[in-house]
Amino acid sequence: MGEKVFMQGNQAMAESAIRAGCKLYFGYPITPSSEVPEYYAKAMRERPEEHITFIQAETEVSAFNMVAGAAATGHRAMTATSGPGFSLGQEAMSYMAAGDIPGVIVEVMRPGPGDADILAAQGDYFQAVKGGGHGDYNNLVLAPYSVQELCDLMQESFELAEKYHNPVILLSDATLAKMREAVELPGYVDEPAPADKYNALRGCGKDKEPHKVVTCGDGPVQWEQFNLKLQEKFKRIKDNEVRYETYNMDDADIILVAYGSMARVCESAMKMAREEGLKVGMIRPISLWPFPEKAFEGITGKKFLVCELSAGQMVEDVKLAVENKRDVSFFGKLGGTTPSPKVILEQIKKI
Amino acid sequence: MKTIYKRPEVFTDAVTTYCGGCGHGIVGKLIAELIDEMGLQDNGILVWPIGCSCLSDRYYKMDAYMALHGRAPAAATGIKRADPSKFVMVYQGDGDLASEGMAEIMHAAIRGEKFSVIFINNAIYGMTGGQVAPTTLMDQVASTAPYGRKADTCGFPVKMAELLANLPGVIYSERVTVNSPAHIAACKRALKKSFELQLGGKGMSFIEILSPCPTGWKLSPVKALDWIEEQAIQEYPLGVIKDVEKEDA
Repeated sequence: MGEKVFMQGNQAMAESAIRAGCKLYFGYPITPSSEVPEYYAKAMRERPEEHITFIQAETEVSAFNMVAGAAATGHRAMTATSGPGFSLGQEAMSYMAAGDIPGVIVEVMRPGPGDADILAAQGDYFQAVKGGGHGDYNNLVLAPYSVQELCDLMQESFELAEKYHNPVILLSDATLAKMREAVELPGYVDEPAPADKYNALRGCGKDKEPHKVVTCGDGPVQWEQFNLKLQEKFKRIKDNEVRYETYNMDDADIILVAYGSMARVCESAMKMAREEGLKVGMIRPISLWPFPEKAFEGITGKKFLVCELSAGQMVEDVKLAVENKRDVSFFGKLGGTTPSPKVILEQIKKI
Repeated sequence: MKTIYKRPEVFTDAVTTYCGGCGHGIVGKLIAELIDEMGLQDNGILVWPIGCSCLSDRYYKMDAYMALHGRAPAAATGIKRADPSKFVMVYQGDGDLASEGMAEIMHAAIRGEKFSVIFINNAIYGMTGGQVAPTTLMDQVASTAPYGRKADTCGFPVKMAELLANLPGVIYSERVTVNSPAHIAACKRALKKSFELQLGGKGMSFIEILSPCPTGWKLSPVKALDWIEEQAIQEYPLGVIKDVEKEDA
């Protein structure tokens, strides 16, 4: 591990990405993600020995396609964006999932819909977790809840993207992005040579099979086979990459379910509730896709309170996880305001 | 016996899906010949578009990236920036390059991306069935301009080779065609020039090729070649529009 520093979420995450071997950054500025391209732009000029390339793309459409092209050569590449920019990137997300391209996308959520605002929100859950682009595919979605976890999951995102040849979304939000915390920066990662990676474009000799990124159908039978192979990839991810944390589950009567910055608030609310003698626990999904259904397995006689900075999106996955057999309540905030732990405590008391 | 001409080695055994009289096949062969002659197979990555040529990866024994519609210059930017030692060729049609992907080609050119762009201008949408393109001539009939292209809704034909030549990032821009043996030979010279400039580490080179689409134009293959001579070249004059090396000399 590296040194301990006091750093802003976006900047610490960018440093972590560089140390993960991501030397290619393509992006379009958008609040609240813009410190990431700024960090790369500075590092490119001030750290020449690290061979960093930063391109400010003309649009997010282009930025996502640049990431796809670069990642297709086996080099680690990423972009960071927010709501409207993330929408523009969906065509390329679908393409990367279909083309087995390990692109890494940071989505710093802000409130929508439309042009909207720039504070913290979680209303892009559906878009990230349910696909967002055209066709049957899944993104691997990781949701950190601290600057430390932003850094750690940033590095893990590249490993997972290459392990499954699939795009990975690091789902941040404006609070995490702008917050400053003490963080132990991860060390530099030794990654395999780009040309040794799965299907990396590199040029082929006369006697070798060419490497190709092709996501174009050749009739329904062939295209069904292509799709079934993709589904196998998604199943492998679903079977192996579930991540979550649980807190005070054993004696809990009420279990909070929250992710990202909302989980920070809920953690505090849980502590306040415990001090008042209320038996409250918490499930914090870290992988949003695959959703940690197993965290909910075998839980009986408890009530769930799902808290989100949205009109209620993850709550649908919670209801699916408990197959609608348990008592699931929802509390959400819209527009960019984050509730205080006290507000959550009041909600707990209402149940 | 002496071999005077043989099938380019980089070609696979795949048969193209092009219609009779289509220009893609001629250009595709010229590219294959140059890949052989210049030894580009080992270190080359070909970036293909969406359009009639979207199955081209099958015709070449080369690493290939079949981009989303219009996005080839952005994807190629990622590829070339990741590994500048690679030879990267971007091949696009007029719907792909001048409509869906206008932002991508303009900004790749503004940045002076160091790859070769081959632009097939056949003044129509081929694959989707003959709809109007940004390059369609005034009054030319298309399925979405059944009474001919009119300026009030379609605007005017776009001259990409001239447009891009205005940008400092583009070091070479030439328009050629493939409607006669002499023009085909000139087309090959232009493509070779573009590939050489890239191997020399220079900026973006842009080769626009007026290419026959008998099916889209509803003409016989021979009449389509005449149409290029009599109509297309009038709107899109042939020749070198920009050559920075010559200007500097």
